[in-house]
Amino acid sequence: MKEAQEFVWMGAIPLQIHLHESEVTTVPPPPPALILAPRIGYLPLLLPLIKPYFSSTLPPGVDTVWFEYKGLPLKWYIPTGVLFDLLCAEPERPWNLTIHFRGYPSHLLIPCEGEDSVKWNFINSLKEADYIINGNCKNVMHMSQSDQLELWNSVVNANLEAFIRSSSKLKSGTIEDDYASKSSLSSQKSQKMIGEADTSVQTKTGKVPVRLYVWNVSEDFGDMEDAPPIDSWDRISYVNRPLEIHREEGKCFTLHDAIKTLLPELFGKKRKPSEGENDEQSFGSEEETKNNRMTEEGEGNISQPLETGSTADDDPEIKLLRIQGIEPKLETPISWVANHLRHPENFLHVCVYIKVPSAKSL
Amino acid sequence: MNESAWDGTLSASEFSASAQAFAEKWKLNNPAYPPWTWVKSLEVPIFATNQVSLVEEGYLSLENVCIVKSNDDEVASCVEGEASLYDKEDEESTDSATLTSSGNDNVQPYYFDFHIIYSASFRVPVLYFRAYCSDGRSLGLNEIESVLPANSAKVLLESKWTFITQEEHPYLNRPWCKLHPCGSSDWMKLLFQAVEKVDRPAMELYLVSWFSVVGPVIGLGIPIQMLKEP
Repeated sequence: MKEAQEFVWMGAIPLQIHLHESEVTTVPPPPPALILAPRIGYLPLLLPLIKPYFSSTLPPGVDTVWFEYKGLPLKWYIPTGVLFDLLCAEPERPWNLTIHFRGYPSHLLIPCEGEDSVKWNFINSLKEADYIINGNCKNVMHMSQSDQLELWNSVVNANLEAFIRSSSKLKSGTIEDDYASKSSLSSQKSQKMIGEADTSVQTKTGKVPVRLYVWNVSEDFGDMEDAPPIDSWDRISYVNRPLEIHREEGKCFTLHDAIKTLLPELFGKKRKPSEGENDEQSFGSEEETKNNRMTEEGEGNISQPLETGSTADDDPEIKLLRIQGIEPKLETPISWVANHLRHPENFLHVCVYIKVPSAKSL
Repeated sequence: MNESAWDGTLSASEFSASAQAFAEKWKLNNPAYPPWTWVKSLEVPIFATNQVSLVEEGYLSLENVCIVKSNDDEVASCVEGEASLYDKEDEESTDSATLTSSGNDNVQPYYFDFHIIYSASFRVPVLYFRAYCSDGRSLGLNEIESVLPANSAKVLLESKWTFITQEEHPYLNRPWCKLHPCGSSDWMKLLFQAVEKVDRPAMELYLVSWFSVVGPVIGLGIPIQMLKEP
């Protein structure tokens, strides 16, 4: 577990940050800032490193910092690594971002008042994950202010040792999977576990906190380089829905199963032609994506592997799936993925590009 | 689910059913207000053995509710029906049930949009809202707090159950205000045990009860008739 965690915590994205031309007041313009950003961190936390590069050239006024990639204002509460995995189909190294100190797009982005906003958001996500895993927020609520601060600082500094010390007070638990583990001890447990949905001693609810970012690609492209840019957040479906793991004897709940469970509207059984109009299934149009995407499926009483319909041509195709910058095999047990690749706030962030075949005439 | 240990939460399908029931009761008992509309977001196939049933998922929406704050600090909701902000011509859909003291010209009307959205993480409804002036300008969080009824501002300050933050709307990719869900299940549980004296409510009534607590915080009361069984 430790090795994978180290891998995750050491992951970083090289950034090349350019000051927006409208805010450059000196000739020649300042060179871009080169910053190595921790994957598990957040862009506003980099400000102390970035500001010195540009402070002498900024116009007078109050700073309201925001970042942008190819015209898309970046949501500051999404971890840096996730933004990179999602927005750069073909990884760009260094990643060229633009920074603004003025003109905050408050009609699009929620306000960010520096580190405090990011910390508040992090702690709230931690509470949400706690609730999903344990059915209550007690673990987080019972942490003292100083312990919470210590935990937060370990994230700011990407300091795994400090994080492990702090989070021992949190009891986040892990997801048990009798299929994946091989020790004789767990095979005794597995006798009891078979057939039960809620198996783990530590995760009372058997649910995994997951945040899924889905880009529904309507066109086909060969290389990632040819992927069209994401010019609006409306193109991305954000699914913030706990994943329920359904255990079956002898079967492993894989990453692929998890995606299908989280996106039942895409991977559910195809309707018969006689059932009439099929608007929800035609995901090519932009207007649909706004309303049809992410809701909370809740229980999802799916106890069998989902059948994906008549022909293979009808199935949505997962073109790309990235977690922490890697593309895990879809057959990987979800328990391994969730335990090893989660972020410090205990959410598993998954970026997925899906191509849905255009709706056939019924 | 263990009947004797209801945790104050509800499932997605219970929310959908409860929302329909809430909207119907509201329409019946609150004719002065525009109705809540159900905005469908998904039809999710649910598989159970060989049967497929469709659960409709979505959220409740009430928009363009006018809240007027006079200088006397009295707040009332006057209702402008579903007429758009700039549509002063459409008299028929305007239903001004104004409750402010009359003759006060320094009254500034604000318009609120309310969405009741299900949180899959916390398994409770969450209220999202936003406010704007008659010229369409969005109100910031501080401004909204000053526009709300005086006693609800007090509730916000003193209560640990209810506080408002600015967060992104789950579907619309825009900043909205959110009334926090953490704790909802606790007070819902208390509400039913203390008031209804049942361990577990009829789930269709969940939203009505929930709204009886949440509504007044943002200046929307509900008539007593809504709380009674039909």
